[in-house]
Amino acid sequence: MTTLDFRHVTKQYKVRGAGDMLALDDVSFTLTSGQTIALVGQSGSGKSTIAKILTQLERETSGEVLLDGEPIPRRGKGLRAYRQRVRMVFQDPFASLNPYHTIRHHLERPLRLDKVVPGDQVEDEVRSLLKRVRLEPDAVVDRRPHELSGGQRQRVAIARALASRPELLIADEPVSMLDVSIRLGVLNLLADLQRESNLGVLYITHDLATARHFSDEIMVLHHGVVVERGPADDVILNPQHDYTRALRDASPDPDKHFADPAGPATPRS
Amino acid sequence: MTTDTLLTVADFSVVYDVEPPVEAVSHVSLELRRGEILGLAGESGCGKTTLAYGIQRLLKPPAVITSGSAVFHDESGEDVDINSLTIDEMRAFRWNKVSMVFQGAMNSLNPVARVGDQLDDVFTTHRPSLKKAERTDEGKRLLDLVGVGRDRYRSYPHELSGGMRQRVMIAMAMALKPQLMIMDEPTTALDVLVQREILIQISQLREQLGFSVIFITHDLPLLLEISDRIAVMKDGKIVELAPAATIYRQAEHEYTRRLLGSFPSLTGDRGDFIRGGQHEEGDQ
Repeated sequence: MTTLDFRHVTKQYKVRGAGDMLALDDVSFTLTSGQTIALVGQSGSGKSTIAKILTQLERETSGEVLLDGEPIPRRGKGLRAYRQRVRMVFQDPFASLNPYHTIRHHLERPLRLDKVVPGDQVEDEVRSLLKRVRLEPDAVVDRRPHELSGGQRQRVAIARALASRPELLIADEPVSMLDVSIRLGVLNLLADLQRESNLGVLYITHDLATARHFSDEIMVLHHGVVVERGPADDVILNPQHDYTRALRDASPDPDKHFADPAGPATPRS
Repeated sequence: MTTDTLLTVADFSVVYDVEPPVEAVSHVSLELRRGEILGLAGESGCGKTTLAYGIQRLLKPPAVITSGSAVFHDESGEDVDINSLTIDEMRAFRWNKVSMVFQGAMNSLNPVARVGDQLDDVFTTHRPSLKKAERTDEGKRLLDLVGVGRDRYRSYPHELSGGMRQRVMIAMAMALKPQLMIMDEPTTALDVLVQREILIQISQLREQLGFSVIFITHDLPLLLEISDRIAVMKDGKIVELAPAATIYRQAEHEYTRRLLGSFPSLTGDRGDFIRGGQHEEGDQ
């Protein structure tokens, strides 16, 4: 069982001419393997700052981040070992894959760098990773990213994140750049992989509907403060905080719209 | 709402003349009513933007309109066949009668010109008889109307939030009181709270001013809430066109139902979501 602890983390950015900007204000939560937490909030609420601190692209101003009770390493081999256990899937599959390299290269690199399998088994592992993300290895392994669709690319990005056999996965808006009809497919894939490998997943999104269905718990972030957290259905169906309610009411919800006996919410002449 | 027709699109086709040629819009016919919000839904590449550009003759080569017509029924009673306008007539027609809020509009303001000057440009071009003071008054009034506020008249775009820039674009599109506004993904880059404010604003302005809207997006749940009717496009064709409630309750076309099923319900059941493994969608 892997446990990642975010303890009283605060992050201040210095803004030229405007003093300090408090991006995170005393945020605490725990992510354990086998658990999916959705992190929701509007633009600028601090969602991506949390992801950056978890991957140590940014350093927290105060507070602690602990992996299995140990402070996370800041540099060198220790940091690399940490990043092998906690991996990230980025939003934009068009930007996160290198256009010069084949899909094989993208998957071989983490396998070799992290010495996941002996050298003579790398090719087999690449193929098995592609199968895990429901891609046909022969059809994609020698291609370059531009030859694949957005959905296929994001599957490759997920396979790459899984290559190092991480215990925790940070997924920052993993489907928002994809076409609507394939979003659920990719999310369902992530859900399957999460169960197969008992991964802990932090699902960062502004889409409340998928947050509700994809995760066990929802954390609502507003101006760097966690204003509400709880089981996914409770947070959406019975929000306690005004901000959560505002977010929910602003999200399109045709079920509610057409269920309302008074007719559509927008006035009609 | 009056039920007379504002725009008649008949047998409209657009081909991208590349090798091999791609028929992006294929024999589309539709009627837009005066004062109506028509939603145009579909995924990337289905031809919805090409259709919207095509009926305003905004397409560039290699796109070619290969068949059909778009006839605009002006409130004066005159019928305008958009395809047959001369260049000068077209220039006078655009923005006066039909305006557009472009995709990613919030990034299409000129970064080095004040918002007010950019609004002023619209009037200098299309209403040359207006005096400077009248143009300024009108520009400020528009900023009030869309909820940005006249005190931002002298702001530069970077001094405004994304939502405010989007409202400025809407103000600009409304400047000449067009009878039709075409909005291509006008809220896609905004978060839900700002999106909701802008949608409410569009509905209210439509009530006040009575223009029609063609609202293009892939976000079907959103369209269901704001549209009177929805046209669903796939592979250049309109596969279904019906009132929003009909699309929601009894969509006829299999593709419409599939598109609806792609959006998990916020407060309802899980639907297609998490049925583990049996999901093999049409990636291409």
